[in-house]
Amino acid sequence: MDPNAFVAGLSALGAGLAMIGGLGPGIGQGYATGQACAAIGRQPESQSDVTRTMILGIALSESTGIYALIIALILLFANPFVGNF
Amino acid sequence: MAVHGPEVYTYLFGNPSLPITETMVNYWIVMLFILFLCIFLTHGMKKIPKGKQVIAEKIVLMVDNLVDQNMGPNSRIYSPYIATLLMSSAFGSLVSLVALRSVTADLNTTLGWALITFVMITYTKIRYGGFKNYLKSFTEPIAVMLPLNIISECATPVSMSFRHFGNIAGGLVITTLLLSALGSLSTMLHIPIPLLQIGIPGVTSLYFDLFSGCIQAFIFSMLTMAYVGSAKE
Repeated sequence: MDPNAFVAGLSALGAGLAMIGGLGPGIGQGYATGQACAAIGRQPESQSDVTRTMILGIALSESTGIYALIIALILLFANPFVGNF
Repeated sequence: MAVHGPEVYTYLFGNPSLPITETMVNYWIVMLFILFLCIFLTHGMKKIPKGKQVIAEKIVLMVDNLVDQNMGPNSRIYSPYIATLLMSSAFGSLVSLVALRSVTADLNTTLGWALITFVMITYTKIRYGGFKNYLKSFTEPIAVMLPLNIISECATPVSMSFRHFGNIAGGLVITTLLLSALGSLSTMLHIPIPLLQIGIPGVTSLYFDLFSGCIQAFIFSMLTMAYVGSAKE
């Protein structure tokens, strides 16, 4: 078997596995948005402050998911392992 | 269908280490657009604002209010930088709506901005706390934390740039993959023209280009303000 094909196949598998990292930010963002909705429901006048803080927190917690995405993109489109064999 | 990085148009002086890429050319277009927008909006200003001058004042007031809220009073000196970041990031992402490649779908652009912000954070820390306190802050709370503090200091520009780049580039990849999947689906269904490619990618483009581009510009400048604001203390 061509070793490069083997490496490419495993890299595609690894890219899929890396995207499991999208699970955490999804849960976190959903929880943060739910809490923000509850806060706005209690104090509708603080909507703009709550929304701004929520967007900032969501963006910060999103970075782990983005790291997973970048690893998946590197494995798919700029694979450093293919061509070494 | 493969997703490519930005195309290299030509090399400056024929030197392979000085490429002129698609990102650079698109960024020049964005710069010219912002320049002409500024000249157009502020042309013939009057004491009582009317028409286009209202828009210009609205933008300036919005950025000034953001800076006041997030960085405390007496920090209007930062608002030109924040406004520049906001405008170039927003228009750099929105340029994909006119079928050019997004400027921010290239790590070089966002890493450049993040490094400027990093220099600004370090400068503010040294200016407000003194060089001695800046060095001392690496050994807090105990001296063993030194390597971890250095890593967390270097992680700031990396995480900022990767977040912006990842959002825009991820949207680009998903849109491209969806377009090619719809194309092969309509070939499978024996439709002579790729009918399914019409309309459906526009809906995802609405989220990935319009919403994601604007929100990432906001978040990038918001994080800059938060980091520089906290460096003052």
